[in-house]
Amino acid sequence: MNWFKYSSPQTFFPLAGKLVPWFGALALVACAAGLYIGFFRAPTDAQQGEAYRIIFIHVPAAWMSMFLYLVMAFWAGLGLGFNTRLSGMMASAIAPTGALFTFLALWTGSFWGKPTWGTWWVWDARLTSELILLFLYFGFMALQAAIDDPRRADKAGAVLALVGVVNIPIIYFSVKWWNTLHQGASVSLTKAPTMAATMLTGMVVMAFGFWFYSIAAVLMRARCIMLERERASEWVVEYAKGPA
Amino acid sequence: MSWGSWSEFSAMGGYGFYVWGSYLVTFGLVAAEIALLALRKRSTLARLRLHGSAARGER
Repeated sequence: MNWFKYSSPQTFFPLAGKLVPWFGALALVACAAGLYIGFFRAPTDAQQGEAYRIIFIHVPAAWMSMFLYLVMAFWAGLGLGFNTRLSGMMASAIAPTGALFTFLALWTGSFWGKPTWGTWWVWDARLTSELILLFLYFGFMALQAAIDDPRRADKAGAVLALVGVVNIPIIYFSVKWWNTLHQGASVSLTKAPTMAATMLTGMVVMAFGFWFYSIAAVLMRARCIMLERERASEWVVEYAKGPA
Repeated sequence: MSWGSWSEFSAMGGYGFYVWGSYLVTFGLVAAEIALLALRKRSTLARLRLHGSAARGER
């Protein structure tokens, strides 16, 4: 398969259109399964009672917030290095969904912190660096919106996105490097998870659901951006006319 | 986990406000994003059609 074939908006647009319903359906199935496991299979937590069930959206949202930022910075960097049109469009398409998951990680964390810690918010390293991530997404979107020429907006946004990557390891390791109210990682690559197997399964299945959802949403937005930016080209004019 | 009744389920062991406050906002915002994306596509296409027909000297 020749991947470069899909590096132009004209060929990527119909491919993205075909992929959206598939990833949307996968997201629906994974989220339904994840919620079923989370609410009907996972046991009550010995210490936190039912409040811990927020974990099934909190952790996947937090993972997505960081992962999407890395993917966004990857596309932005690719666009900056190789001056490819599609890369900048992908980076712009990822930012709002990344910001959404960052907000949700903060929101659900707050709703989990209140009953377990006794506070909605605390300025510890994990929460503060995640808030900075939200501002990085907002900054990226605001900067791009402020520049009229899309190619220049891509370049400026890319520099911001790449500099902001330094925040990702800070978020991830914040619970190790500093003494935080936020707990350490329950799941890591180096040691066995410190939670019940069904809880872990529910969380991972939900993470897949969020992941598939993000792909579908980003591709939908990328298609809009392609139409808007390539509006002068023949294929967009033909597409806009509708099926002949 | 088996729930005795619907009211037991919705109470979430006394943490209903926090659990449902998290889940409703999450899925509400996800639904809003989908709706906004669908609207954006429709308005983009409508705009393109308008420009297209204007360029061809129609309307």
